[in-house]
Amino acid sequence: MDLNGAETVIRCLKEEGVECIFGYPGGAVLHIYDALFKQQDIRHILVRHEQGATHAADGYARATGKPGVVLVTSGPGATNAVTGIATAYLDSIPMIVLSGQVPSPVIGSDAFQEVDMVGITRPCVKHNFLIKDVTKIAETMKKAFIVATTGRPGPVVVDIPKDITDPAIKVPFKYPKQIVMRSYNPAVKGHKGQIKKAVDLLLEAEKPMIYSGGGVILGNASEELTEFTRLLEYPITNTLMGLGAYPATDTQFVGMLGMHGTYEANMAMHDCDVLVAIAARFDDRVTGKLSEFCPDSKIIHIDVDPASISKNVRVDIPIVGDVKSVLQDMIEVIKTAKKKPSKKALKDWWKQIEEWRSLKCLAYDRTSKLIKPQFVIEQLYEATGGDAYVTSDVGQHQMWAAQYYHFTKPRRWINSGGLGTMGFGLPAAIGVKLGYPDADVVCVTGEASIQMCIQELSTALQYSTGIKIVNLNNRYMGMVRQWQEFSYESRYSHSYLDAIPDFVKLAESYGHVGMLVEKPEDVRPALEESLKLKDRTVFLDLITDPTENVYPMVESGKAHNQMRLPPGVIGDRELA
Amino acid sequence: MRHIISVLMENESGALSRVAGLFSARGYNIESLTVAPTEDPTLSRMTLVTRGSDRIIEQITKQLNKLVDVVKLIDLAESDHIERELMMIKVRAEGDARFEAQRLCEIFRGNIIDVTPQSYVIEITGASDKLDALVNALDRDSIIEVVRSGTTGILRGLKGLHV
Ligand SMILES: Cc1cc2nc3c(=O)[nH]c(=O)nc-3n(C[C@H](O)[C@H](O)[C@H](O)COP(=O)(O)OP(=O)(O)OC[C@H]3O[C@@H](n4cnc5c(N)ncnc54)[C@H](O)[C@@H]3O)c2cc1C
Ligand SMILES: Cc1ncc(C[n+]2csc(CCOP(=O)(O)OP(=O)(O)O)c2C)c(N)n1
Ligand SMILES: [Mg+2]
Repeated sequence: MDLNGAETVIRCLKEEGVECIFGYPGGAVLHIYDALFKQQDIRHILVRHEQGATHAADGYARATGKPGVVLVTSGPGATNAVTGIATAYLDSIPMIVLSGQVPSPVIGSDAFQEVDMVGITRPCVKHNFLIKDVTKIAETMKKAFIVATTGRPGPVVVDIPKDITDPAIKVPFKYPKQIVMRSYNPAVKGHKGQIKKAVDLLLEAEKPMIYSGGGVILGNASEELTEFTRLLEYPITNTLMGLGAYPATDTQFVGMLGMHGTYEANMAMHDCDVLVAIAARFDDRVTGKLSEFCPDSKIIHIDVDPASISKNVRVDIPIVGDVKSVLQDMIEVIKTAKKKPSKKALKDWWKQIEEWRSLKCLAYDRTSKLIKPQFVIEQLYEATGGDAYVTSDVGQHQMWAAQYYHFTKPRRWINSGGLGTMGFGLPAAIGVKLGYPDADVVCVTGEASIQMCIQELSTALQYSTGIKIVNLNNRYMGMVRQWQEFSYESRYSHSYLDAIPDFVKLAESYGHVGMLVEKPEDVRPALEESLKLKDRTVFLDLITDPTENVYPMVESGKAHNQMRLPPGVIGDRELA
Repeated sequence: MRHIISVLMENESGALSRVAGLFSARGYNIESLTVAPTEDPTLSRMTLVTRGSDRIIEQITKQLNKLVDVVKLIDLAESDHIERELMMIKVRAEGDARFEAQRLCEIFRGNIIDVTPQSYVIEITGASDKLDALVNALDRDSIIEVVRSGTTGILRGLKGLHV
């Protein structure tokens, strides 16, 4: 069958099982939009800004595990998408971005709406392509999907000059089932000898620690991680990106680690003698001061990307492979091993951890007349039965959501960790809701972040994506204010938001429901009421205590055992 | 330490800028870089000379391998290898300087490949330090222009870098 280039692009998406794409039209992609108009298989979601398209596709991908697909025009459409591409890149999210380009003959002539998209995105994509021939579309699309979704996933840009999609030029359509790329072979199986060595070391540990990250979620290995952890009875901590991979309600879970990790998680990291890092990348928000990171510990690291291994921290036993397969193999070896972990040592270790845990580092003032942000998240957790998809923006609210919503399932916690992109939460929630129309989808945000992609409220109305926006309105860029309080003697330089809009009216003008909540006792009823309005988007504007800070905190450049704890809680080794 | 990294990659437009971009984005230094297609026109061979601690070189090779266009690479400095660089150097060649240039060219086993009454172009191939030595031996003021190709290299013996 002969198809023109535009039809070919759409047909490739169909062959890949794509159900919906997020986009915004313009001159360079008009042929593609015309092809979209003439078909029923692929749903197009019209956003209000291309950044919103990328974040929505990203949220969809994080929640469903399927690649998110974006379609934007050349020039400003393409550059508007860059922040969202970089966001997906830093968190290793599979995404395909189709960008229009000026016609091939005028590329390089500063043509109308021309930018070098391949050049601009090179440092923030896993790979990118410029299609130069209509007969190469199918092959390139196949490669793009393979690269985006396998190994360590990531965004792939396919730049398509307008003449390539010319309706007048038709070519036979054939979609390759598989393509072998000699230059691209991501690892799958872990090395047997390394796995054996790692298990030997793990079973000898007296103060073991499991540190797992976002790769467990990306690699769909939560079940294996849970089995592995329960089998060993070792303590486990998750990174911000790994939350939900292991149930946060389980006693073996010691909370998140790192800058805003729990006291028990960070102390256990500092004191452990064997650390197994599972698909986590030793980010600086996690390690704190590198020279004092896990000072007395041997380290095992499982990661599909060899470049993640020994990048920031030297490891003793690297295992390159897909986390699911490696954990399965490790579980087998542990089950058949003669050696068992020392019961006595493990008991002492847990005793120490319980002591740290008894400090209750996440305690906060429950008697306050002001709404405490932590309280809102706790109430949200209860009101949703812990089963909602929670997206967030970036700031204090993000940390509180991570600390107080106890995620028990993977792919429920959706946030920008690596790039820390304010504006992510709302479009991401729309993407999640499109993936799971019947689920409760909540966006936890702040009054500063929400204004960065507020226009997507209009998209939420058009597609009736009934999401709940929980705006922790502290009238500050709280996270910035907190750093200024701690490190700049409370000089709050430009972190106060004057002229905040009336969010209730704003929500209403976009056709949604707005609720203002000012008292602690109104929080729960408001949340429940909003959740009952299943199909409506509800904007809950909660006026919270503007002075609240996120604790614990390992300030930049400090070690794990140097934590700032909430006022009133004094740790035995707290040095701040 | 100095390392010579030899890379086999897809001969696609943009592949070179991916490598160059990687080095600048991650702050690795490039001393020299040469690239040309191989006997298989779908493949290019690039040779990079860089310096860094073992940790940095490990990251460089891993990051290069991660580029989707890169098929294979080796660090030549880790094995027995031969390295060569081509230099063309244009010198003033009048009066005494004419004889001096000729003499140095002979000592360094170069060839004079262009002759005018005022100048010579000397062509010389060798390891980079040999080329440096010739440049240093010549009178600074007599040098009009120096063109160097950057280092390329190959493993000794039967072993080779191929797909
Ligand atoms: C305001 C703010 C505060 C923050 N504070 C904290 C904090 O206190 N604690 C914290 O943890 N983070 C914090 N972060 C997030 C932090 O910046 C990093 O994004 C995060 O720590 C990285 O998580 P990760 O190590 O799990 O890596 P990810 O970015 O999730 O990377 C996943 C790793 O797994 C590997 N991988 C992927 N797929 C597979 C597979 N199939 N098999 C094997 N390996 C695979 C990848 O190669 C990669 O190395 C904060 C961010 C912000 C914005
Ligand atoms: C696009 C972007 N710009 C700037 C920042 C730096 N930044 C991090 S948190 C923050 C403040 C966020 O304020 P708000 O959304 O009100 O959240 P709060 O911390 O008050 O909960 C800023 C400005 C960022 N992460 N992203
Ligand atoms: Mg705020």
